[in-house]
Amino acid sequence: MDSQIAEPDAAARIASIPIEEIDVARPSLFQNDTIGLFFDRLRAEEPVHYCRESYVGPYWSITKFDDIMSVDTNHKVFSSEAKLGGIAIQDMHSVEGALELEMFIAMDPPKHDQQRKAVTPAVAPSNLQLLEPIIRKRAGEILDELPIGEDFDWVDKVAIELTTMTLATLFDFPWEERRKLTRWSDVATAAPETGIVESYEARREELIGCAMYFKTLWDERINEEPKNDLISMMAHSPATRDMPFLEFLGNLMLLIVGGNDTTRNSISGGVLALNQSPDEYAKLDADPSLISKMVPEIIRWQTPLTHMRRTALEDWEIGGKQIKKGDKVVMWYLSGNRDESAIERADQFIIDRKNPRHHLSFGYGIHRCMGNRLAELQLRIIWEEIHKRFSRVEVTGEPERLFSNLVRGITRLPVRLRAR
Amino acid sequence: MIKITFVASDGERREVEIEEGETAREAALYNDVPGIDGDCGGVCACATCHVHVDPEWIDKVGRLMHDGMEADLLQFAEGTTEYSRLACQIPMKPMLDGLVLHLPEQQY
Repeated sequence: MDSQIAEPDAAARIASIPIEEIDVARPSLFQNDTIGLFFDRLRAEEPVHYCRESYVGPYWSITKFDDIMSVDTNHKVFSSEAKLGGIAIQDMHSVEGALELEMFIAMDPPKHDQQRKAVTPAVAPSNLQLLEPIIRKRAGEILDELPIGEDFDWVDKVAIELTTMTLATLFDFPWEERRKLTRWSDVATAAPETGIVESYEARREELIGCAMYFKTLWDERINEEPKNDLISMMAHSPATRDMPFLEFLGNLMLLIVGGNDTTRNSISGGVLALNQSPDEYAKLDADPSLISKMVPEIIRWQTPLTHMRRTALEDWEIGGKQIKKGDKVVMWYLSGNRDESAIERADQFIIDRKNPRHHLSFGYGIHRCMGNRLAELQLRIIWEEIHKRFSRVEVTGEPERLFSNLVRGITRLPVRLRAR
Repeated sequence: MIKITFVASDGERREVEIEEGETAREAALYNDVPGIDGDCGGVCACATCHVHVDPEWIDKVGRLMHDGMEADLLQFAEGTTEYSRLACQIPMKPMLDGLVLHLPEQQY
């Protein structure tokens, strides 16, 4: 099991909750990492589950791999449209004073298709290979600065640094100010109860500041020759260059959040997983060529985004349950990624699986993560560079997790390095 | 058994055999032909088994239908042409014996 249960009788307590009272939307379940036990129950007893009452209102949970796949690939029935609530369990438009960002992840065809097509070439593998040497060099510099044989927080010193560095490289963002990207990513997904922002008003102001900053970069790039960075590509593409302000900001935030939280938490999640499975760490040590197979397994294991949400546009049956037009439907990727009927020994972290990319972390269908090969590239480079330098990244204390039902985040991970 | 030749982006040719009813995706994966990823498991959900059907074979294989999931997914793939298809959507039958499929440089 990957859950470190703080409360010893949690398993017994969770097993005794009446099934209809289970509410997997509570962020505390993700923070204390008991969520896996809830999903185990839903998959076994009621894989398509209706929660009548929660802080986000009523919603359906889809917990099995194949059912999730069937919702994700049926975009004609299951809408991502922001105005219907969007793509997360918490409605995008429900909170007064929040800035409503327009981004193609929360649009249906045809507008989704036009905008996605405009941005996709920026993360095409052939394009990214041009960035590989610079990402590798910068990753090496960050790792070379780390203390050996001394406790430090892996999240702050490595996961955030490396991810911010790659993001800054992708945007060709002013290097000295790159931590702004981290801050904006945190703010974009933050609700006041997380402590990241004080209020939705404060969040709105920071995001406007972000937009102004990018507007300046945009104005520079649009007057230069087209380059390989994401801002230049958006500034020069006919599909994106005349975007309204909120759409421009929304799509930028999508690229920042998409490339930040997810990769950051996969970097930390991989360290934790290897420490929890010492045999796998030994395998990696003996054969670093396994890194390219280990990377998708880390992404499955961590499932950095726990879910995506859709809204039913018509009545539809899944797993014998009748979903009604207008219902909120949540595809729990974190649960589907532990589904034994689709993934062999799904509850184990195994770095040399036969089909390691057969997981749900990137979603499927037209909204499938467009940065999926970029994510893998980054993680592969990082693990290759870690392997060259350190024989062990040893976890020396309990991890701390994010209070969020969407981002499966590790906020602190004490480690100690052993030099190779 | 039905024969398929996969031509890699560097021109290397690999001839493999597959049973009737399996798809071109399985033909590649079962025979370890590099260049087909097939992340989703062959259910037309990810576009990582993109191939260019050899022009001589396109009419027998059939062209991409413009209003289905396959087209919805392929519109975001890199380097698509009028001969683009997803290998998981090409079921093998005797009339396709000798089929030639060209692989793109990368799948994603």
